[in-house]
Amino acid sequence: MAKQYETVIGLEVHVELATKTKIFCGCSTAFGGAPNTHTCPVCTGMPGSLPVLNKQVVNYAMAVGLATNCTITQYCKFDRKNYFYPDNPQNYQISQLYLPICRNGRVEIETSEGKKMVGIHEIHMEEDAGKLIHDEWEDCSLVDYNRSGVPLIEIVSKPDMKNAQEVIAYLEKLRMIVQYLGASDCKLNEGSMRVDVNLSVREAGAETFGTRTEMKNLNSFRAITHAIASERERQIELLEAGQLVIQETRRWDDVKEYSYAMRSKEDAQDYRYFPDPDLVPVYISDAWLQQVRDNQPEFREEKMARYKKEFDIPEYDIGIITDSKHLADLFEETVAICSQPKKVSNWLMGETLRLLKEKNMDPKDIIFSPKNLAKLIELVDSKAINSTVAKEVFEVMFDKNINPEKYVVEKGLKTVNDEGVLRKTVEEVLALNPQSVEDYRNGKEKAIGFLVGQTMKAMKGKADPAMVNKVLKELL
Amino acid sequence: MEILAYSAVELSAAIKEGKVTAVEAMEAVLAQIDERENTVNAYVTIDREQARKAAAITQEKIEKGELTGLLAGVPVAIKDNLCTEKMRTTCSSRILENFVPTFSAEAVINLQKAGAVMIGKTNMDEFAMGSTTETSAYGVTRNPWNINHVPGGSSGGSAAAVAAKECYFALGSDTGGSIRQPASFCGVVGMKPTYGTVSRYGLIAYGSSLDQIGPLTKNVTDCAAVLEVIASHDPKDTTSIKRKDTNFTAALVDDVRGMRIGIPRDYFEEGIDVEVKDAVLAAAKVLAAEGAIVEEFDLSLVPYAIPTYYTIAAAEASSNLERFDGIKYGYRAASFEGLHDMYKKTRSEGFGAEVKRRIMLGSFVLSSGYYDAYYLKALKVKAMIKKAFDEAFVKYDLILSPVAPTTAPKLGESLLDPLKMYLGDIYTISVNLAGLPGISLPCGTDSKGLPIGLQLIADSFQEKKLIQAAYTYEQVCNKEMR
Repeated sequence: MAKQYETVIGLEVHVELATKTKIFCGCSTAFGGAPNTHTCPVCTGMPGSLPVLNKQVVNYAMAVGLATNCTITQYCKFDRKNYFYPDNPQNYQISQLYLPICRNGRVEIETSEGKKMVGIHEIHMEEDAGKLIHDEWEDCSLVDYNRSGVPLIEIVSKPDMKNAQEVIAYLEKLRMIVQYLGASDCKLNEGSMRVDVNLSVREAGAETFGTRTEMKNLNSFRAITHAIASERERQIELLEAGQLVIQETRRWDDVKEYSYAMRSKEDAQDYRYFPDPDLVPVYISDAWLQQVRDNQPEFREEKMARYKKEFDIPEYDIGIITDSKHLADLFEETVAICSQPKKVSNWLMGETLRLLKEKNMDPKDIIFSPKNLAKLIELVDSKAINSTVAKEVFEVMFDKNINPEKYVVEKGLKTVNDEGVLRKTVEEVLALNPQSVEDYRNGKEKAIGFLVGQTMKAMKGKADPAMVNKVLKELL
Repeated sequence: MEILAYSAVELSAAIKEGKVTAVEAMEAVLAQIDERENTVNAYVTIDREQARKAAAITQEKIEKGELTGLLAGVPVAIKDNLCTEKMRTTCSSRILENFVPTFSAEAVINLQKAGAVMIGKTNMDEFAMGSTTETSAYGVTRNPWNINHVPGGSSGGSAAAVAAKECYFALGSDTGGSIRQPASFCGVVGMKPTYGTVSRYGLIAYGSSLDQIGPLTKNVTDCAAVLEVIASHDPKDTTSIKRKDTNFTAALVDDVRGMRIGIPRDYFEEGIDVEVKDAVLAAAKVLAAEGAIVEEFDLSLVPYAIPTYYTIAAAEASSNLERFDGIKYGYRAASFEGLHDMYKKTRSEGFGAEVKRRIMLGSFVLSSGYYDAYYLKALKVKAMIKKAFDEAFVKYDLILSPVAPTTAPKLGESLLDPLKMYLGDIYTISVNLAGLPGISLPCGTDSKGLPIGLQLIADSFQEKKLIQAAYTYEQVCNKEMR
């Protein structure tokens, strides 16, 4: 019988923090910008410059640590990781090795097999590097230091996961926590969340771990899933052939769906870590820690439980709305104005998500205000506009955050509630469509639908369908 | 009074009284430079045009009453590891041959705000690594007292410039004695303040946890005045300290009565030149005669200071100097194949032998498997040395010692035996390891006519005690000379 293997996976997740300024200087962290415009002597490693720690980075790191049940290191330090590469202007990265800010946490994940705890070994703060751009034309490399010094936290898990499903569930969980904290938007494809997968295999039931490899360049959940399957297979094939797995870093090629070795342990660099003498140790007082604790937001699980109690909406809706803190905030703020949870939920789950998907946008890019959404709901409720018109108005509101009340008046979109006008239009429609009138009178009830449609068309959509029905039936 | 004979504070007073102008003072200094620089070679860079322009502007401001400080109008020389905006800053290294900083060091800015006028940049041991100013890529500096001897180092250019009257005062930096030892060899006053007193922003780092900027001056009064101007709390340097007691000139008091002074017996046992020993002990007698309570004691741990220092300083230096790679600024090898080769050639060609030696030493003590045995152990010894000083300062206000075991060696002698050169730092190094303030002041000459230095060491933040005792000693010497 063939041997059974199990996979052991641990993750190193880098998250770019959403601070306005860099970790050790006052330069902007804004994405884009002409090369080397968000730079200063500190983040370009000029001689004589010195780093000064951005306190907000510590706040975010602590908040993520608390949300993942870590112990906060109240006396933590920064260390220098020394290696030569042009994207790293000092040729050392300021990071944390000996006393990282968070240690020993855990998060609960849920997969089809049920709930499970994934341990967190540590979370540390560090600076990002710049970007190298190769100029094929001139055959030289250029370096852009705009990203140099952008703050990162690295979340190192314990080797507690055994398949891609668990890995994705864990990453979703981290993403949700970090997004709820407003600490990052966690986009894999834009690099604000970067995942390295450490994977080894062993015979089922074995006590010791196999030799692991580290996989880099994973830019989507799909890539992660495929890379895990591919690497598991590669390692099992090696073992089956009586060969050894080499401890090495591998790079995933998403197009070829294959990984190749970047460097092995033998030529691994000696980073010569030591405490950075330019930065005084970070002392986190009990009061500071408490302040961060007090400012923790309501996370998704708590929010879902509260929604179940407070709002009469289906669990399915709750799941989707709380999937994004922005959507949940929008939901709550709108409900606070109009007290119609189901209707608000319908607008968010239906038209809002449809448009977001269509326009390839993120919930955080939504610009319309809760006040305007509440007004739109009110316009429909009061029959001032019908649902077809409402959808049209919503699309404009989604793009430009217009005041729906004013817009409806300006564009003359209000439902015509004057029965006299309606009656006159219906009479005209009946006169123009004698065949349908006869069909109806002969018992073809469906014919009324066509007549309603013709009336609505004649009224340019501004009639209340129920009222049209009523008048039609009277006149027929 | 001859214009070059003024001290810095005297000159500024004379300018403010209208006896001389800042422009005349600058011209006198530039004329002196023309006469002496060929032999002394104290400077790496001099910008005469800029210096004259700045002197004229300063003179106007003084006349308008906009500049009233103790150093207004005084020409100053800056060690070439302090960044100066628009003026080349080389660290006396080939690797920074054409490096022009985009900003000035905080200490330089403080001086300029106070009205001091920059002449140029002084020679030093490459990246402040050395005790003789012979490791400079821009030629050796000669001791103005005897041009066949070294001026000391690494702030040798600054000390020589003050001694040769090629400036009125200078800034230096001190990581293991680099201000005090050249001050001693050149017969001037030099002080290393408490770590954190002067901002390190803009000081091109050697050993970041030990580096401190300080004055080299003609006398103790100037030293206090300069320190008062350059000391500042700088939010750009997280190791800089907020101090309220920086009115150092208030300590220029001729009185040591009741002051308790300890002499570490261990400093006078082995390796010390007998003439140096006698001069320093004679200085102790002078202070005792002035009313100080002087006694000998055992400091302990003295033999561990040098290995500890060379471990920590080299480790930090190996990392601090990584940024000099030919990518962003400074020297880049002319021909290379690929990135790795560019790094290798640029750094091999750009750094001198002593710098390479310390980078290798530092890389070794930080490398995996050796970190605990060397670097971590050195940090522990550093803490013990600090504790030994703490205990001494329970009993004493000041510690009195030599600055160096000998007077200035002859040119070319020291680099033949680097280990012996390192041993010459024995009396100054512990002060940096413990973060303490120390002052070096002249206490006579040896039979060759070379100056001997006296070192006073105080507890952290007690610069005023140093200034008071040094000032008192200086007053006695002045009386004797008259």
